[in-house]
Amino acid sequence: MGKVLKSNDMNKCIGCFTCQRVCAGINHKSFTDDKSAIKIRTLGGLSGKFFATHCLACTGDIACMNACPTGALTARPGGGVVLNEKKCIYCKKCAESCIVKAIYFTDENSPPIICKHCGICVKYCPHNCLTMEDKDDA
Amino acid sequence: MLNEKYIKVLNIDLSSGKISVDLREDLKEFLGGVGVASKLLLENMAPELNPLSPEQPIIFAIGALSSIFPVVTKTVAMFISPVTGELGESYAGGRFAYTMFNAGIDALVIKGKAKKPCYISINNNRIDIKDARAFWGLHANQVGQYIRTVEGGQGKRSIIRIGPAGENLCRIANVNVDTYRHFGRMGLGAVFGSKNLKAIQVTGDITKEIKDQKKYLKVYNEIFNKVTDTKLMTKYHDLGTPINVNVLNIIEALPVKNLQQAHLEDAEEISGEHFAEKNLIRKIACVGCPVGCVHIGQVRREFDTGHEYETLNVAYDYELIATLGSNLGMSGSDAILELIDAVEEFGLDAVAGGICLAYATECFEKKLITEKETIVPLEFGNKENYLKAIKFMATKENEFYAALSDGVAVASQKYGGEEFAVSIAKNEMPAYHTGYGAIVGYSCGARHSHLCNGGYSYDQANHEFDKQALVDSVFDEEVKRCVLNSLIICLFARNVYDNATILSALDAVNAVEPGSLNDEYLEQLGLRIYKTKLKIKKALDFDLSKIQISKRVFVTPAMKEILDENLTREMIEMFKKKNKELLASDI
Repeated sequence: MGKVLKSNDMNKCIGCFTCQRVCAGINHKSFTDDKSAIKIRTLGGLSGKFFATHCLACTGDIACMNACPTGALTARPGGGVVLNEKKCIYCKKCAESCIVKAIYFTDENSPPIICKHCGICVKYCPHNCLTMEDKDDA
Repeated sequence: MLNEKYIKVLNIDLSSGKISVDLREDLKEFLGGVGVASKLLLENMAPELNPLSPEQPIIFAIGALSSIFPVVTKTVAMFISPVTGELGESYAGGRFAYTMFNAGIDALVIKGKAKKPCYISINNNRIDIKDARAFWGLHANQVGQYIRTVEGGQGKRSIIRIGPAGENLCRIANVNVDTYRHFGRMGLGAVFGSKNLKAIQVTGDITKEIKDQKKYLKVYNEIFNKVTDTKLMTKYHDLGTPINVNVLNIIEALPVKNLQQAHLEDAEEISGEHFAEKNLIRKIACVGCPVGCVHIGQVRREFDTGHEYETLNVAYDYELIATLGSNLGMSGSDAILELIDAVEEFGLDAVAGGICLAYATECFEKKLITEKETIVPLEFGNKENYLKAIKFMATKENEFYAALSDGVAVASQKYGGEEFAVSIAKNEMPAYHTGYGAIVGYSCGARHSHLCNGGYSYDQANHEFDKQALVDSVFDEEVKRCVLNSLIICLFARNVYDNATILSALDAVNAVEPGSLNDEYLEQLGLRIYKTKLKIKKALDFDLSKIQISKRVFVTPAMKEILDENLTREMIEMFKKKNKELLASDI
């Protein structure tokens, strides 16, 4: 059992990108949102609905973890993975394996940006679009 | 630029296709935003030439705190205004500032004229001038859709573009920003058109490191909490600016039927409350703003028999409801949303467009013009004919509409009715008829907007009338807002960003030399920027003593008081004296 990020109320999203700002700012010391592990998107411009791309906290047979050749990714309680940066060889196989494209390599020879389900984006979301929920590992 | 000692300026010459970058340390004394843009306009403009000459520049700039603190969302555009013939300045939210920041550009200077219709595509350091021949003639919304399909960057791009009005050099044409925001006033759309420039799209992902994370997050959190946990910005989030329809109607400051009145017996059907109840479907935000003041209203329109409907989703605000609503005698929120949608599609400034239609309607009523000019009879409250007239303006359907699309100052020179052509300094008047503060503010404000100096707020604060106090207050606010617009915050957050907050935010990201950050610094900065604007206006022969003010504003009572023209002009002269003193100073 562990807490994982959910974005089930995106109808309420106003597109302020505060979640990106704080994820990049707090977790990656960056003023720019490319270092955020959550990304807000629109389809069809601003008249379309917003949706959030982030780690969906897979459990059991975890694609990115299985794709990692060095064991840098291990399963975390509740779902998703924990990244051991020291073991990462920047091969990008994890990013290629993620079908929701929620793993980002922003710099050469650096480990990926990958959601650790810390909940900081949830804390700042002004409309409660994002939540942390308990999830079983199985 | 953040973390650097210089301001990065990207120059694009559309005539030659040449692109260059300047790293300007000297511009740091203007901090960013309107400060940097004013200096660049002063350097690049050609005062002797027409505002629509290819040589004239368009300047865009973001500010010292753009994108990294809450509600710091605006980009400034500066140019020579084809509407007024002098300093042009306009602000837009949306995503343009965010993407400029991500692409690592502090300021953009566009000069020249492309041989054929083009659009500019910026992706970090990759800058292309691309073919837009097939886009020419498209509505603002359509061209956005096309560019979205051919360019990448979903979710982190900005597309600014013009509609047919800008292409046809209508002087009141605007630039649409990301569908729901605009560089609205003063005719930037026509300047785009004069350069054969249909659109600019920007994406970027250049990383900028936070040097002192602890300090930055502390200030970020303080501001974030002020924005989300206090009442400072509730008004903008709840009903939004349309709350002002009832407010201004009650105090009798709402323009009605070409400002023949400033009050409606019953404003309920066009009130912010009514829009919220009947049409509001969602609110969205500019990137970086947790408030989300962009109110989207929906209207269902039958386009054929057999229950055939289309749906319009339209952003609405107070000033649009006033100028395209009460000022045109419209009743009902659906009709107003349809008119807003039409000016959006054709790419006309909604405020100026509404006032032009109101002027034309009164001309028609007074028989200065006939259907020979107007093609369809223009009557207050007749939506269908207004929808046609909006198209006629954007396409310059005949000589009359061509003149009208250059603004009421131009049209009234030709067709008469100067006394009810509601403009000040040739700029269509903002929709707040509150009193002397407003009129002096519009006249003396660098861009003749209510947002230059908040004169309309001064009127509503019920000060005991004192002309010197009024002039001093409006002048001080004009200078203060030069600082806010160098950051560039959204002015809705002006009560959040007091001096102490600005200083701590600048300090947290090392935007200014440590040790020099104090109130004195901000005051000097404001004066330096304002003085630069005055230099621009002087070079363009602007003279406050010769300013044109519509007679209508002295006939229709403002907040129940008839304004005296002589007294107004006396205060304008007092303001001019202060300008002169600043110009002669060492600042």
